[in-house]
Amino acid sequence: MNNIRARRVSYALRYVLLALAAFVMVYPFLFMLSTSFKSRSLSLGDPTNLIPTEPTLDNYTQVLGTEHFGRYFLNSAAVALVSTALIVLLASMMAYAFARLDFPGKRIFFTLIIVGLTIPTMMLIIPQFLLARDLHLLNSLPGLVPFYVGTALAFNTFLLAGFFEQIPHELDEAMAIDGAGPWRRYWSLALPLSKPAIGTCIIFAFLGTWDEFAWALTVLNDVDNRTLPIAIALFQGQHSTSWGLVFAASIIAIVPVLIVYIIFQRNFVAGLTTGAVKS
Amino acid sequence: MSTHPSPTALPRTVGKGRRRSRPRVAAAGSRRAPLAAYAFILPGFLVYSLIMLYPAVQTLLLSFRDWTIAPGVNSPWVGLDNYIRAFHDPVFIDSMVNATAYTAFTVPLQIVIGLALAVLLDAKLPGRVGFRVLFYLPVVTSWVVVSLLFQFIFSSQDGLANHVVVDLLGVAPENISWFQGRWTAMLAISILGVWKGIGWAMLIFLAALTAVPQELKEAAALDGAGAAKRFRYVSLPAIRSALAVVFILLFIGGFNVFISVLLMTGGGPGNATQVPLTYMYQQAFKFLDFGYGSAISFSLTALVLMLSALQYWWTRRRMAR
Repeated sequence: MNNIRARRVSYALRYVLLALAAFVMVYPFLFMLSTSFKSRSLSLGDPTNLIPTEPTLDNYTQVLGTEHFGRYFLNSAAVALVSTALIVLLASMMAYAFARLDFPGKRIFFTLIIVGLTIPTMMLIIPQFLLARDLHLLNSLPGLVPFYVGTALAFNTFLLAGFFEQIPHELDEAMAIDGAGPWRRYWSLALPLSKPAIGTCIIFAFLGTWDEFAWALTVLNDVDNRTLPIAIALFQGQHSTSWGLVFAASIIAIVPVLIVYIIFQRNFVAGLTTGAVKS
Repeated sequence: MSTHPSPTALPRTVGKGRRRSRPRVAAAGSRRAPLAAYAFILPGFLVYSLIMLYPAVQTLLLSFRDWTIAPGVNSPWVGLDNYIRAFHDPVFIDSMVNATAYTAFTVPLQIVIGLALAVLLDAKLPGRVGFRVLFYLPVVTSWVVVSLLFQFIFSSQDGLANHVVVDLLGVAPENISWFQGRWTAMLAISILGVWKGIGWAMLIFLAALTAVPQELKEAAALDGAGAAKRFRYVSLPAIRSALAVVFILLFIGGFNVFISVLLMTGGGPGNATQVPLTYMYQQAFKFLDFGYGSAISFSLTALVLMLSALQYWWTRRRMAR
């Protein structure tokens, strides 16, 4: 009896604490959502009033219409999709070679990949800028892609190599005996067996490029070329008091992320923990 | 599916006397065609070298030059001048102090709160996944969006932060102009840093805690160990390596704080809230002093990596005991 009561109290306490934490984590989002439905004059009212008295879609129509956020959305989507496809393809190929093939210099290649895990990307922004200038990749949307791919490869290769190593060697051997070369074993054995890991890579690669800010801010000049993060940041600089507009734009930018996240949240856990526990 | 590769399939390996736990046909097949392996490696590795390795070397080389932006004009080598300048530059020193304060504030709070939430979630609770999803929401949201959101929350007039501090808690007598003072601004930036990072720390700790065998906890409970003791003697030792990893990664992340400072204060007022990366960015892309910017980048990275290597070595040594 006593035990059950103690357990109930402990559960209730857990829930109270968890609910409190959830409130703190989520409240700013609700605040943002509510502000995005308020007209300009009302957006600076009582901050605790989450339900707008006169909800309006004006901010959204203005952001998508006159402010060209539809275009920025497509810019971001195109860059993120192309980069993600390349990241997953190139990283999985390298990971397969590291996990399953033997070749001279393997150790050196792998060490150099590990080095990349320790370099903060911001440290490289100056020489990368000079490199982009020399390759005529400044101020161009396709020009972002090689930089997004190059900076994401180390992490994703490392992640995938770990998963590929767990595929039983017997399967590889059986296929090899049946005459399958490395390409077939990569494409029809390693990749299909690692679907969850590939899913994790797709999510991380997509989020990383979709949210990328510093590099895009540095190399893009034309208004038409902007991606969503820089469009939102610069937009706030111009309309510093129109928070409703800024947050309507922000909501448009985070909705795809939230959808991807909520659908695939299991992959997040898997990817993050292998990444962290192994490194 | 029993395949018994004949030992003769690997004569060269055996001849070289390499130790192998068991013969592998796949590996042997690829040794006949290392070209295939390079075809797997090289496309990715070339992109990676060009975008990461080459610029990493260039950062160091640039930092020894007095950079002139005009193409075709030589940038003279100046040795350690840029580094000497940095360590005599009060703004750079202040930026390091700010980053240190940010790290000292955000890292312990993220670890303590993240660990507490992980412990609370480490049970068969209905709604467990829901809480995990909610706690992780700030982590997946872009830095740009949350930085602007917190700028609004900490805005001087009727912001949410002032509402909480003045009206609800009554800690401050009147509205605070958060972004007008160095330390109030750093506090606002740090609170964002903690709020955004808790979910990540929680998730890593939760994974480590879940890996602790349930029988171990139950056995300890049967032996009469209370919750606190069970945590201290069963869970904590099991998550020690996760703790070390989280600490080091948060430490590196703390010193590399950038977007939130850039968007919330821009390093201002004056240079009061500069951190090394915002200062580097200003020197490089506002004043076009690429040499000095590179020296700041390199100093920061070298310092942070050295300190994390030290921490890593220290935790390793302690765990070995």
